[in-house]
Amino acid sequence: MGTGDFRRGVADIVPVIAAAFPIGLLWGSLAAGKGLSVAEVSLMSATVFAGAAQFVAIELWSDPVQILLLASAVFVVNLRHVLMGASLGQHLQAIPRRLHPILLAVMADENWAFAERRARNGTLTLAYYLGLTLPMIMTWTAASSIGAALGKSFGDPSAYGFDFAFSALFIGILAGFWRGLPTGAVLGASALAAVVAKSLVPGAWYIVIGGGAGMAAAAILHREKAA
Amino acid sequence: MPPGVDAPTLLAIAAMSAATLATRLGGYLLLGRVNLRGRAKAALDALPPAILMAVIAPTIFLTGAAETVAAAVTAMAAMLRLPLLAVILIGVASVVVLRSVLT
Repeated sequence: MGTGDFRRGVADIVPVIAAAFPIGLLWGSLAAGKGLSVAEVSLMSATVFAGAAQFVAIELWSDPVQILLLASAVFVVNLRHVLMGASLGQHLQAIPRRLHPILLAVMADENWAFAERRARNGTLTLAYYLGLTLPMIMTWTAASSIGAALGKSFGDPSAYGFDFAFSALFIGILAGFWRGLPTGAVLGASALAAVVAKSLVPGAWYIVIGGGAGMAAAAILHREKAA
Repeated sequence: MPPGVDAPTLLAIAAMSAATLATRLGGYLLLGRVNLRGRAKAALDALPPAILMAVIAPTIFLTGAAETVAAAVTAMAAMLRLPLLAVILIGVASVVVLRSVLT
């Protein structure tokens, strides 16, 4: 059962890593363009392991490096992880508690989304989570290192629609969360707030604002079931 | 110092890792042991779809008509309960086609 669940995790994440590979190449080549070595690129991808935050950091990268600026930019871009970790923490009962911090330390958008989907339809196991996560870290680190080693631009992933793969993935996962009209209200509130916030507030606050609006809609619509 | 890594860059990477770790562990440490009920539980249960929607909303509603229509096509494929890989491929293919048609 353990290895079967690991394989199921790998099978679910394969399309994600296929789409992430060219994006990792692109990020690695941008990082090399800013003067980072292959070793530095591998180290950052393996330890920070956050695509959006790394793109923002490379955009802000300067010589000499502004450490505080980089750390706070990464913190704001990754703020959504605070909410995601709070939610994922509710679904780790089948996994020994001492492993929880390690599993959360390697939580990214895609393995989190699949883990939440699994928790909704069954039990989230350690094997399934590792099956999702290990291929992601290895692919992201390898792709960005190769990109840095080759050091030239690979063109724009949007030319092949790769940039849309993540939106399509999230739409596919969202369908599994559909529970009728209340879900529609949550999604509507979240989308509206995120779009308005994106237009008005700089940075990545729109994710937290949209997520908060969706959660508020759910709280408002909540009715206690009569006992 | 390992070869090819200089000290300021190493410090910057360490600071970025620490910032990421703080966000990944923060929510768990705040709420991981709390047993929620009622409205608070309803809000937390709505968190995964709300965050997923917020992440993609600017891409699908603010980028252009191609992305918006492709998102609708993808959503239809998803509601038909097609396998996730098929949903992604339909989404990517439709955005490539629509971008060439609509721009």
